[in-house]
Amino acid sequence: MLKLEARPQPSRLMSGLSPLLALAFTVLIGVGLFVVLGKDPLRGLQVFFVEPVKNLYALSELSIKATPLILIALGLAVCFRSNVWNIGAEGQFVIGALAGGWVAMQAGPHLAWMGRGIVVAILLAGVLGGMAWAAIVALLRDRFNANEILVSLMLVYVAGMVLNYLVYGPWKDPQGYNFPQTITFLPATRIPRLVDGLRAHIGTVIALVAVAAFWIFLFRTYRGFALQVGGLAPLAARYAGFSSRSALWTALLLSGGMAGLAGALEAAGPLGQLTPYVPVGYGFAAIIVAYVGRLHPVGIVLAGILMSMFYIGGELAQSRMALPKSITGVFQGLLLFTLLACDTLVHYRLRWQRKVQAAAAATRGA
Amino acid sequence: MNDSLRLELAGISKQYPLVRANDRVDLRVKPGEIHAVLGENGAGKSTLMKIIYGAVQPDEGEIRFNGEPVRITSPAQARKLGISMVYQHFSLFDTLTAAENVWLGLDKSMSLPQVAARIVEVAQAYGLDVDPQRPVHTLSVGERQRVEIVRALLTQPQLLILDEPTSVLTPQAVDKLFVTLRRLADGGTSILYISHKLDEIRALCHHCTVLRGGKVTGEVDPTQESNASLSRLMIGVEPPPLQHRARTAGEFVLHVQGLNLPRQDAFGMDLHDIGFMVHAGEIVGIAGVSGNGQQELMAALSGEDPRAAPAAITLFGQPIGRHSPRRRRRAGLHFVPEERLGRGAVPTLSLAQNTLLTRTEHVSRSGWVDVRRVERMAQDIIARFNVHGGGAGSSARSLSGGNLQKFLVGREISADPKLLIVSQPTWGVDVGAAAQIRGELLALRDAGCALLVVSEELDELFEICDRLLVMAKGRLSPIVPVSEASVETIGEWMSGLWPGAPSTLAGARA
Repeated sequence: MLKLEARPQPSRLMSGLSPLLALAFTVLIGVGLFVVLGKDPLRGLQVFFVEPVKNLYALSELSIKATPLILIALGLAVCFRSNVWNIGAEGQFVIGALAGGWVAMQAGPHLAWMGRGIVVAILLAGVLGGMAWAAIVALLRDRFNANEILVSLMLVYVAGMVLNYLVYGPWKDPQGYNFPQTITFLPATRIPRLVDGLRAHIGTVIALVAVAAFWIFLFRTYRGFALQVGGLAPLAARYAGFSSRSALWTALLLSGGMAGLAGALEAAGPLGQLTPYVPVGYGFAAIIVAYVGRLHPVGIVLAGILMSMFYIGGELAQSRMALPKSITGVFQGLLLFTLLACDTLVHYRLRWQRKVQAAAAATRGA
Repeated sequence: MNDSLRLELAGISKQYPLVRANDRVDLRVKPGEIHAVLGENGAGKSTLMKIIYGAVQPDEGEIRFNGEPVRITSPAQARKLGISMVYQHFSLFDTLTAAENVWLGLDKSMSLPQVAARIVEVAQAYGLDVDPQRPVHTLSVGERQRVEIVRALLTQPQLLILDEPTSVLTPQAVDKLFVTLRRLADGGTSILYISHKLDEIRALCHHCTVLRGGKVTGEVDPTQESNASLSRLMIGVEPPPLQHRARTAGEFVLHVQGLNLPRQDAFGMDLHDIGFMVHAGEIVGIAGVSGNGQQELMAALSGEDPRAAPAAITLFGQPIGRHSPRRRRRAGLHFVPEERLGRGAVPTLSLAQNTLLTRTEHVSRSGWVDVRRVERMAQDIIARFNVHGGGAGSSARSLSGGNLQKFLVGREISADPKLLIVSQPTWGVDVGAAAQIRGELLALRDAGCALLVVSEELDELFEICDRLLVMAKGRLSPIVPVSEASVETIGEWMSGLWPGAPSTLAGARA
């Protein structure tokens, strides 16, 4: 019988290497997958790991995917470290996009005085929108002790309904040939691009600043420390006098705000209008990013880039290798699965228990 | 091979990654013998017992039970052989009742109601008060241990291993337990008695094997030894006697008056009309068997339970009943809780980070943490209080119980408190560390701090306290100076029988 046995002293080196090991295993299994499907495995690896970074254009596209993932995952990392299980970043992302999109739609001659400053208003609206959506979760948890996993998850679908209602109804573009979409936002509302001709925008810079800010918050401020104590040892937090209510609200508002910010950046950036296709799963993929990145801001950057490569590789694999779209999900799932397996084996070892022999010893002893 | 021995260990060794827990240990236990295994925390006693009980496999050496060589691969097998163990750290499932826990460990020949009935029977026979229907998570530490003892006795073992069993019993209950153990021994049951309490070993045991650093350092007849000679075998030196000078108390610091608190969970203890004073420069001790309201009182005093009427608890005349722990700490009230890992310290965080739980000198007004200074503060505590086992960067859970307790007590003492409340200051702490902690508490008192100490160890309270209270069924006894108190009266009071006590108190959870 196989048995998991706790290792007395889990290796710190292996703990750190675990995400890399997981990546290696993901690649190995991926190669196997390509072979089984009758595709050239080298070509497959090239599509997933070389094409997405081969030139400036590819890198720009990579940054567009990685930015929302990193922004959302940063907020989630704070949540998860505080033992608050916000699974609904996708919904907060959508509401952020809606709030930012609404501000963008107000642009016109009467707001010309704002100039490009309207972008700030759009992003701010996104943050507030995401916060408001997450605040529902916090309120229900705080007042009625409702499970935040279920509430936040269900609110994802509510957010999707709200989005559909608006783009099929009141916000539909009158000149849009009855397609479910809003007007295309005016150029003044566009998130500024980093380089002319490439889609990469200043959201990437915001994400990198956010990485530094979250690192400081988590590891250099008392507030961040208190949140994490609440997650690691609730009794110790109570002993120290850290309020669990304030931790709940801080964690949810922070992560909601970050998801909302990502939503607004997406709406006023690459999308440029609102359609039913705003939610593409960033909010859920960011959960994987947060964990693969060890809930650490720097790790999240690397994990975010990796996940984006899977997104882009998956798209390329469809057109170049005639593989189904679900290949992206398969790779993302493989990565999380192998990471969990590696983590388990770093902390435990497999032992083969010989039951027969133990029984024999027992009879001899008696 | 010696057939007249119940248990014989020969050359048992066990190597852990960082430490050699047992080094060629020999142990011989006769039938009907009460055999003490004496040693400090970390001397290898617990590992040796786990090897006998099958929970840990030795690297080398031989075990013979009733003359037969055996390989004990699991506790279930040990029980089949007739070996029972009461662990120092309890192995009970929190969500199950006492009866269900006991039932789980048996061979299923009895139904659950039968087991519950047997528990009541055995508990009464041996004077151990256990309610089989209560869920374990609502039991105090002391009550959990009683469940463990009853569980071990139910199987009518040939060899009973008891790991520090008396730390949670009243003196009368200890006497009763000793009567029980002697009766068991007379019936032929061998008893391995793990302890570091020298008086008990000398009073109870026929034979004593002393361990130090994983090796046997002596095999003696404890009745022929003195405390000093035993302690020399155990720690190499004699602990210096504590300097306890009588001291006149100063102004009153803590005043609790008419404190009533309904229980928060169904099996907690209501606090009734609690009232006492603690003055600067004195140590007030609260004796009593755990589960009689001590945890509830501590939570109300520390601020973890801020439901008390504001004026019921005053610090220097200021009502603090509703203040948060942080606000009380700023007013000079510091607290060392009974649970070290998970409450007093976050197990996975470093010692440096753990100082931040109660020490915010190096946190700026805007909430910025000066990591270097925090680390230096942790190092200072480690150096001043002689904490072994890694520096400021090592995680709290990597330290032994004694060293972590030194660190936690040190963390609060070095904050220069005006009132220090300590719950079970030396629970599960080795003799050397315990002596040091008691010395530090006395030094703090001499420096003019007011101290309130809750302990289940009467010896400890008599050693360091100036005045004593006893807690039973959520009420407090009158306060007496230690010089006028005797172990007998305090023991009686632990059962709720103090002069003027409401008659309903008789039969406290003793």
